[in-house]
Amino acid sequence: MKSIKTFYLGAGILGLLVMAAIFAPLITSFDPTEQDLMQTLSAPTSAHWLGTDALGRDVFSRLIYGARIDLTIGVLAVLLPFIIGVSLGLLTGWFGGRFDSLVMRVVDTVIAFPFYVLAIALVFIFGPGVKSIIVAITLVGWVAYCRIVRANVLVAKELDYVHAAKLTGLPIGRILRRHLLPNVISQAIVFSMSDIVLSILAIVSLGYLGLGVPIPTAEWGSMIQEGQPYILQQWWLATIPGFMVVIVGFALSLIGDGLVARLER
Amino acid sequence: MSYLTYTGRRLIQMLPVLFGISVAVFTIVHLIPGDPADVLLGQNATPDRIKLINHQLGIDRPILIQYINFIREIFHGSLGFSFDNKEPVAKLILGRLPETGMLLTGGIFLSILIALPLAILAASKRGALRDQLVRAIPIIGLGMPQVWIGVMLILLLGLKFPLFPVSGFGDTFLQHLRSIFLPSLTIAILLSPILIRSLRASMLEILDSDYVLTARAKGISQTRITFVHVLRNAVIASVTVLGINIAYLVGSLVIVERVFVIPGTGSLMIDAIAKRDYPIVQGVTLYFALVVVVVNLLTDLIHAALDPRVALK
Repeated sequence: MKSIKTFYLGAGILGLLVMAAIFAPLITSFDPTEQDLMQTLSAPTSAHWLGTDALGRDVFSRLIYGARIDLTIGVLAVLLPFIIGVSLGLLTGWFGGRFDSLVMRVVDTVIAFPFYVLAIALVFIFGPGVKSIIVAITLVGWVAYCRIVRANVLVAKELDYVHAAKLTGLPIGRILRRHLLPNVISQAIVFSMSDIVLSILAIVSLGYLGLGVPIPTAEWGSMIQEGQPYILQQWWLATIPGFMVVIVGFALSLIGDGLVARLER
Repeated sequence: MSYLTYTGRRLIQMLPVLFGISVAVFTIVHLIPGDPADVLLGQNATPDRIKLINHQLGIDRPILIQYINFIREIFHGSLGFSFDNKEPVAKLILGRLPETGMLLTGGIFLSILIALPLAILAASKRGALRDQLVRAIPIIGLGMPQVWIGVMLILLLGLKFPLFPVSGFGDTFLQHLRSIFLPSLTIAILLSPILIRSLRASMLEILDSDYVLTARAKGISQTRITFVHVLRNAVIASVTVLGINIAYLVGSLVIVERVFVIPGTGSLMIDAIAKRDYPIVQGVTLYFALVVVVVNLLTDLIHAALDPRVALK
């Protein structure tokens, strides 16, 4: 019962944010990139709910349009590593042998690179932008899914139902997809919840460094960076975008916990 | 398996990883779309300069020769030369080490200082309110962006209450210590949720073990059990956790250095990106990967030395 509550609480919070992001044009009438140089750094008013930034852009509108960017890229950036990692984990765990040792050595190599160092190096290669972020997160992120699924396959493939499926002469592809996959994927799904948080953190950090989503697109990381010089007078400029990330992280963490409790039952 | 065999096996296991790292870092320059020289020179590209750069990079030679030269340069200890000021990259990295090293040490020290008491508090009464509160810390803590923690600390402890410098590294040792306090605290806030989680788990496990039961049966006080029997083993566990998370830690250093304008190794890399100084980017990437591999090796070896069961497996 408790698990279901945490799950729904998390899903509710996240759902609200997603709705706000989708219906952003209905919630705010301000364009997040439109500058109003006559009205810079204004305090919250009835028109500008969170005031305006140094270029006179509406902060509230940038915040919810920023949710579009950060949430979308956060989820997108996890999708590819999930698919690649889960598939490779299934195959290496099942077939073992040379293929397994080769993939595991690649895994060891990837783990040796600090994520942000690799991400920054890749941004250097491909130039700042969404594509580089997704490539960087994919190159590093598949490893965790691969290890999780591989470990589960190693255990599951010795179980009776898999032996039975083999004995009935089912093709390997079918055993892997229909029999093994549903039984080994749950941990990977749970991990993907915290992985989305990690990828959003990466987008925010790269955005702050000026290596992420190019300005003037509203994005939480670059908003923190743009607000920093005015932090004593307009503390909310840099503070609230960070809060948004914390809330997303909190919601996904609740969803993850709910899923774990559900699976353990 | 004896400890010596274990060490030998771990060293051999390292070889393919080192090879993989060298190939990955070597590949960085070859992944740059189009002609690297063209990209590197930008608007200043003329056919002569492109030819010169290509020669400097050695990309006019066969790929295998290039790789061998790259490895040779690593063993010469120079890691190539900066485009910007022609200095050996290794020398530039070494010059920035004190900053990064102090920051790393400070961060680890503060995170243990934060995590240990909280973990003890939580583990001392499983399921109690204090346990639940401490367990909630990672849920919030792991969702906080590094840069944001840094900016918040600057606001609170640097500007509202100007207790610590908000940027730079200072000139004297005491100034260094004051300057690295906020960045170290940022790292500690990032790291301690991970530490708290694993420390609490390992302390609970130890509290359930036979030797703690024996200690209780002998009439030893709970305080003594916690601080002498349990804590010592829990600290070993946290060293391992730190070792496992070294890659995350080093990566965060790069970002935190930037927030607090500390001229360490991470800043060296980010500045090099702006200048498109590719040997530095390559060198620093290689250097950080090597740090991670060596720290992981040391963690395993220390862990095996402290807990002989590891080597036996």
